Amino acid sequence: MKKILAVALIALMALTAVFANGAKESAPAEKTNTLTVWAWDPNFNIPALIEAEKIYQETHPDFKLNIVENPSKDIEVKFVTADQAGDYSTLPDIFLMQDNSYQKFIANYPGIFTTLDDSGINFADFAAGKSAMSTANGKHYGVPFDNGAVIMPIRTDIIAKAGLTVADFDGVTWSQFFENATKVKKATGIDMLTTSGGSEIVLMILQSAGASPYVNGKVNIENNAVLEEAIKIYARLIKEGLMTDYTDWDQYIASFNTGKAAGLIQGNWIISSITAAADQSGKWAVVPLPKLEGVAGATNFSNSGGASWAVSSACKNKELAFDFLKTTLGSNTALYDTLLVNNGVITTYLPAAKSSKYQDPVEFFGGQKVYSDIVSYANGVPTCDFGSYYNDIRSAITDAITNVVQKGADVKAEMKKAQEAVEFAIGG
Amino acid sequence: MTKKLTLEKRQNLIGWAILLPATLLIFIFCFYPMLQAILLSFKRGNNASERWVGFQNYTRLFKDKVFLECLFNTVFYFVIQVPIMLVLALILAQLLNNPKLKGKGIFRTMIFLPCATSLVSYSMIFKSLFASNGFINTMLSWINIAPIDWFNKTWPARFVVIIALVWRWTGYNMVFYIAGLQNIENSIYEAATIDGCGAYKKFTKITIPLLKPTILLTAIMSTSGTLQLFDESVNLTAGGPGKATMTLAHYIYSTTFENTPNFNYAAAISVFILVCISILSFIQMKVGDKRD
Repeated sequence: MKKILAVALIALMALTAVFANGAKESAPAEKTNTLTVWAWDPNFNIPALIEAEKIYQETHPDFKLNIVENPSKDIEVKFVTADQAGDYSTLPDIFLMQDNSYQKFIANYPGIFTTLDDSGINFADFAAGKSAMSTANGKHYGVPFDNGAVIMPIRTDIIAKAGLTVADFDGVTWSQFFENATKVKKATGIDMLTTSGGSEIVLMILQSAGASPYVNGKVNIENNAVLEEAIKIYARLIKEGLMTDYTDWDQYIASFNTGKAAGLIQGNWIISSITAAADQSGKWAVVPLPKLEGVAGATNFSNSGGASWAVSSACKNKELAFDFLKTTLGSNTALYDTLLVNNGVITTYLPAAKSSKYQDPVEFFGGQKVYSDIVSYANGVPTCDFGSYYNDIRSAITDAITNVVQKGADVKAEMKKAQEAVEFAIGG
Repeated sequence: MTKKLTLEKRQNLIGWAILLPATLLIFIFCFYPMLQAILLSFKRGNNASERWVGFQNYTRLFKDKVFLECLFNTVFYFVIQVPIMLVLALILAQLLNNPKLKGKGIFRTMIFLPCATSLVSYSMIFKSLFASNGFINTMLSWINIAPIDWFNKTWPARFVVIIALVWRWTGYNMVFYIAGLQNIENSIYEAATIDGCGAYKKFTKITIPLLKPTILLTAIMSTSGTLQLFDESVNLTAGGPGKATMTLAHYIYSTTFENTPNFNYAAAISVFILVCISILSFIQMKVGDKRD
């Protein structure tokens, strides 16, 4: 009896399990006036949504945005999970995604997106390098948002102690940079740079010369001369005590807020963290990244970070989502003016960048026209192709850098290892 | 049809009925996904392109340098941390089981408290303690030891993970030991005292043998816990420097969600962990359980 019952129970469970998998609910297609949006930064992209909502409500009084704060990593995990389950009902209508993640998601989870080609947004109005990051096979998947142009903010008061001026760091080459940074270190004992996360600076240098780690469907790490140079620069910065690499992001922020470093190299979105130290007003200046020498296509410009808005495939009212994006983030220059002044969001929407607000001098940076300078840097950024393997490549390069700096490993050998690691990881 | 059930049958049926909901939930949410994961590990590709590939995902494991490094890290944590933690827990339990000790409640609570903290928040606290300008380095400077760049060097980073694990889990195991110790009849110790047995002898000849089932339990739980270690690797060190502190569970996460997704391969790694835990637990049971 017991055995029969047990068998019966197990059979029942197996059946339940099978049906639990098969059952799916179909939601009625209902037109709503509310759009749910996922974004992550309450000081940066969420205010952008709040402003955009206000603007759209002027013409559509019933319209509402339901803004949900979700860290960018969580957004990605939630989309992967939904796609694997084949159930998109948990997803928002619009979401923000890191530019570096777009190609991976388009290649692996195309089902989560609604392409934006029918949205009426004029993508030619956005910086070409930026919109390329969320474009694949001629289809647009994202509305570009913030500008990720790399800047090198420096402390004018600290370099002055070494008898240097902003001009000594503005648009220089790396060897000039090393020469001047050493002077600063000698005169003040202060590191010229601070950073967090190792490979970030290396990837910025790589992009500044447009030396793609992924070329024509092949991983290009082992024989990438620019990468070799970039790793050597990073190792030299650490070895000569010109830069400290903090594992902890908060310590990194603190290092430049408390004057432990005379500068940093980062995407311009870092400005809001710099200006947080109000007592340093007037002591900072912004210059572009140093340039590689003897490398074809080398520039002083690079990109780091940045995100774009996407419409999910679960969007219940696509016309509304398209129209909302088109009328606000896709064309409204007044919106971008407000975001620039209030939140330091530097746009990649070209007509907005022509606004007079961008010509305003910024008190914190000693009256420098920082915003128009950053827009001009952004226009010079070479494209750098990571295929859809940004994270794999970055992870392998991080390992290489760690081994070179911590264990004194050979750069060439580490690059070969990194090449093999990426090829292995993406080889299925 | 209307045959009356015997009492025994009735009770059995009621018993099964009470068990049913929990069993059903365990099957649906534990065993069914496990079965699916095992099936997944023998396939390649996503949705439409999915196909059976036999053991390819498993043979790939041993060619994967990152996997081998993570395996080494995990085994290292297991081999070093589990014995230290269990011995410490046993000593603490023995000390706190002393009937003459005052303020036992407070000590027990203090040692158990780390277990009540969230894995993420304690990782963050350790991160700031061991930061390059953190509390630990400040203390080292007081005794004239050069600060250590804990998270940027391979062995110091692994050391921090082990310290953190010991801090977090010792109290948890200690509670099991205290419960075990309280089940040992005091008269056995009294008899041993009369026979002229010293404290050390009592500990090795009475306490440890009688505590064996508890030790076995904690050993198996710690083994399984350490092999599935995830939070510390992600939150405390982010797997770094390089991959020097990354655990297998962390690697599973990054192959599914961070890097180019490979669910099949990740499933193979998790099955590998499952097999390892089963084998280790089996050995521990064979070695530890000598009941006839």
